Amino acid sequence: MTKSTPRSAMGAPSRRQLLKATGAAVLTTPFVSRAWATTTEINMLAWYGHGEPDVVAEYEAANSVRFVPKYYAGGDNMLALIAQSPPGTYDLILSDAEFVQQLNAAGYIDPLEAGDYPLDDMLHEDFKQFPGHWSDGKLYSMMLRGGHLGVSYNTTSVSEEEAQSYSCFWKPELEGKVGHFDWHLPNLGMMSLYNGNGAGLWDVDDAAWDAVQETTMSLRKQVGGFFDYGGTFNGLKNGEMQAMCGIGDWITGVLEKDGAPVASVIPKEGGIQFTESYSIGKGSEKAAEVTRFIQYMMSPEGQVKSAQMAAYPGFCVTKAGRALLNEVDPAEAQRSHQVAGDPQDPITLINEGRIHYRDIPQQQSLEDWNDFWSEYKNA
Amino acid sequence: MPFKPGRNVNLYALTWRLPIIFWQFVFFVGPVLFMVAMSFFLVKNYRMTEAFEFVNWSRMLSRGYFWDSYWYTVIIASVSTVCAMCIAFPAAFALAFRASESTRRWAIFLLIIPFFTSYLVRTFSWFVILSESGVVNAMLATIGLGPYTMLNTNFGTLVGYMTLTLPLVVILQTVTMANIDKTLVEAARNLGCSAFRTIWQVIIPLSKTGLIIAAIFCFILSFGDFVAPFYLGGSQEPTLPILILDTTKSGQQWPRAAVVAIMMMLTLFAIAFIGIALAYRKPKGAK
Repeated sequence: MTKSTPRSAMGAPSRRQLLKATGAAVLTTPFVSRAWATTTEINMLAWYGHGEPDVVAEYEAANSVRFVPKYYAGGDNMLALIAQSPPGTYDLILSDAEFVQQLNAAGYIDPLEAGDYPLDDMLHEDFKQFPGHWSDGKLYSMMLRGGHLGVSYNTTSVSEEEAQSYSCFWKPELEGKVGHFDWHLPNLGMMSLYNGNGAGLWDVDDAAWDAVQETTMSLRKQVGGFFDYGGTFNGLKNGEMQAMCGIGDWITGVLEKDGAPVASVIPKEGGIQFTESYSIGKGSEKAAEVTRFIQYMMSPEGQVKSAQMAAYPGFCVTKAGRALLNEVDPAEAQRSHQVAGDPQDPITLINEGRIHYRDIPQQQSLEDWNDFWSEYKNA
Repeated sequence: MPFKPGRNVNLYALTWRLPIIFWQFVFFVGPVLFMVAMSFFLVKNYRMTEAFEFVNWSRMLSRGYFWDSYWYTVIIASVSTVCAMCIAFPAAFALAFRASESTRRWAIFLLIIPFFTSYLVRTFSWFVILSESGVVNAMLATIGLGPYTMLNTNFGTLVGYMTLTLPLVVILQTVTMANIDKTLVEAARNLGCSAFRTIWQVIIPLSKTGLIIAAIFCFILSFGDFVAPFYLGGSQEPTLPILILDTTKSGQQWPRAAVVAIMMMLTLFAIAFIGIALAYRKPKGAK
């Protein structure tokens, strides 16, 4: 007859051990709660990725803060979320630069202390006085990062030379293989650039707007679909889409790092810059903590974290940030052209006048552009 | 028993009926009324303000793209319904008349299993199968065919709709046909009716109600589905659910989205009403 082995000898806890452990857990709970109470929660409103561990975990651990991110998709969505929440709901707001003015006009953000941030170290003069970020001599938003939108393509079917013009989207071999990121602003902005509107791409009169619509409509037969972030990603990855309009390295960069044969370039007609900036939400009781975090993100270490962000890459906006990126991750610096002397260096492109900051239409309403976009999708 | 004024209220029955009445009011009638009211609101500075203006209705109903999306959605949902009914019928017929009781039970259990997984996940799995470098094209390549574009097309959308509706349609058709009095089918055959004529003149009329209910469910699910036309259809020719998303995304125009949603509901009410009237219509001469 086999003798049964005692449970504790098999590694399973005895009833006494279980009671002891439960008692200890119950008795120490108040101390655990107290330890949690010392962690400051910061409510962040941002695009996906900015509150993820690869960006904030190190800072959280070192500063006893915890970010509670609420992610949005698009500036309109961001404004609506703030409008529908009580003041002070969001401590930290990351917005696209063209929406900072609206945030300020609606009284959703507090001014920043310009002296707290490395404005003298910015990579480009424009970044120091970025449009819409200052009002009445006060700084309302701190530029964190940027990225460029141009021609994104599969390198096996579009050559680098062909990608130097938006005309590659009309290449007969790409019929049904051109995808759109489903947001009217960057797509119609690119069509405006292709029409030769250059720096005035957002400020088009009725005749020029008609021409932009006509050009866009002529592309419809080439289009294989309209996609969100995930769809764009998949379309390029599985080869269903050979070229994409409305995006840039922020999507192809992730795929490129994964080994996919895709790339983005700024064509000769010019490209569009998206710019992301941090603001402090009006009525936030954690302004001091938020200021410290923005300072961290503007530090060289923070800039590198931002440039390497897993969700989508961006470029550094401070000299020290770029220098550190080149030192600690030269491969990413090279891949994203953040190297002096590279013809696609974001700063060189801005200096050459080939980059235009993303904006909203000046002579038409956003509704007009959106209506046309819906017509285009239905065409 | 229907309640009639003057009759004593049956408290026991009322107690059991109240929760469902309460549920319907709180989670259906209430939200629908709010949506109707919202369609008259205005959006100012990305915030909805209460108003009673017809501007959202006039704007949406005067836009060509709204009607393009409307008719496209009606047509593709109708095609989906016809496809699902035709594909499901042979399977349901075999399960109802040829399979043993235990095989039928197992088959119905297996048809329920897809509902255990997320529809979104099932939709995404089609990417691997339908893409140009996917399973179907790889198989076709072995006999020198293809590659064919299946994703981001109407075909892709229909595949997604079938993923959503086909198991349900097969179950509904099977249950309906399994309940037909088999002696009537046998009588038709004994009297010399061909197999096709037996199906057409005996089985289909006897299972008419269930078949129409299955078709209505298929149409409703396809008409309101966002996932298949967006992910497998590539949002080419947007359906009404996609138009709702587009409308809310740009300028947070929830009131205009409410107009689209109400138009969808009215259409579905009409389809369901006509379908149910047909399903329960008594044949000529019947009392």
